[in-house]
Amino acid sequence: MPHVRVTRNLQRHVTCPPQDVAGDTVRAALDAYFELAPDARGYVLDEHGGLRKHMAVFVNGTLIGDRSTLSDPIDERDTIDIMQALSGG
Amino acid sequence: MADQLLVATRKGLFTVSRRSGGWAVDDVAFLGDNCPIVMHDPRDDALYAGLSHGHFGNKMHRSDDGCTTWTEISTPAFPEMPEGYEPPVNPMTGKVIPWKLKLLWALEPGGADNVGRLWAGTIPGGLFRSDDRGETWTLNRPLWDDPRRNEWFGGGYDEPGIHSIAVDPRDADHVVVGVSCGGVWITQDAGASWTLGGKDMRAEYMPPERAFDPTIQDPHLIATCADHPDVMWVQHHNGLFRSSDAGVSWTELACETPSSFGFAVSAHPHDPNTAWFVPAVKDELRYPTDGKLVVTRTRDAGASFEVLTEGLPQDHAYDLVYRHAMDIDETGDTLAFGSTTGNLWLTSDGGDHWASISSHLPPIYAVRFIKRG
Repeated sequence: MPHVRVTRNLQRHVTCPPQDVAGDTVRAALDAYFELAPDARGYVLDEHGGLRKHMAVFVNGTLIGDRSTLSDPIDERDTIDIMQALSGG
Repeated sequence: MADQLLVATRKGLFTVSRRSGGWAVDDVAFLGDNCPIVMHDPRDDALYAGLSHGHFGNKMHRSDDGCTTWTEISTPAFPEMPEGYEPPVNPMTGKVIPWKLKLLWALEPGGADNVGRLWAGTIPGGLFRSDDRGETWTLNRPLWDDPRRNEWFGGGYDEPGIHSIAVDPRDADHVVVGVSCGGVWITQDAGASWTLGGKDMRAEYMPPERAFDPTIQDPHLIATCADHPDVMWVQHHNGLFRSSDAGVSWTELACETPSSFGFAVSAHPHDPNTAWFVPAVKDELRYPTDGKLVVTRTRDAGASFEVLTEGLPQDHAYDLVYRHAMDIDETGDTLAFGSTTGNLWLTSDGGDHWASISSHLPPIYAVRFIKRG
């Protein structure tokens, strides 16, 4: 199952531990993750479900291409990192 | 008389309390987090704080125990844009006005008879209402969908925003809203319909033929006299204005010493002829004239102004006071204001004498006394 990790800086605000989740796209995996950590959703995604402007999502160390609908495909052995962009601070 | 003050800053929400020896900072919440706005609700004593995380977006928190503990509540959010909807384009930038919350900019209680009702103003220029103490919010579509919103544009921010919400204490359905840059909007039916006020406001930043166009005025802040709510004061982008008909029409006030530019204004809660302003040089020079920080006060409805300096720095002071960073208590004697350079001053005699409470806070965005209903 894809593994999701979240920046420690977000863990200061809400509970969001690393989790293995199901899903074959970034969207599906993050939806599954936010089922487990619902308070984190609004900190990562905006009100329309897109990635917040100053957040970054990596799959195996590579930035995703689709920040709006999160349609990038993923494999069950992939690791998704939810990070802050260096902008926005 | 108020004995507690909330100070919202770039790096947290500070509590300032009156003690036997004077006022002092005594606590902080959200240390390190950007807190642009705070509100005390005198109806149930709840406190509301808006946070604007650089990465994680805007959040709202409520405290029901006087700032000791906070609970995250719902944040105003824009609904999905309807299919086929043509969003307005910012006339100054040519870019579409986003349907996303960028900043929570104004918070006000919704009237004595509507405990639980709150109003929130945002950038972009959305007005939201909650009837359940911020647990849920609804975008006011009549104002958002008004075609005259197409004329609005941003001031200091790229997008227009709602920073002032004045709820009539005699009739909570009568609400006056200030928009930068979009003028003064009035509802008599709790937001079901809107009329445009702002008659005789004047905009120097527009071509002469549009100077009196009410849809593009930049009222930096609207302040209302609590006992005479038809009397309102505005610190506008290029002048001072007073209304005696609850924002429908305005009279420009002559105050050239030291200047008529600024952001903050406070209205005396009982005397409709008294108000305070904190001037800066002008829009492109946002610091006190000659480096001397002053407060201006009128006690004759704007016919004349006094320049108050006692206790304020008169040498190399470059403090700017943002629009929400001054407040007055329920007596009308105690005022406080904070600056972009983290200075906080307070007066207990209507501005004749000021005392420095702190000179090393983070940049101050909002100052609010806790007022007992």
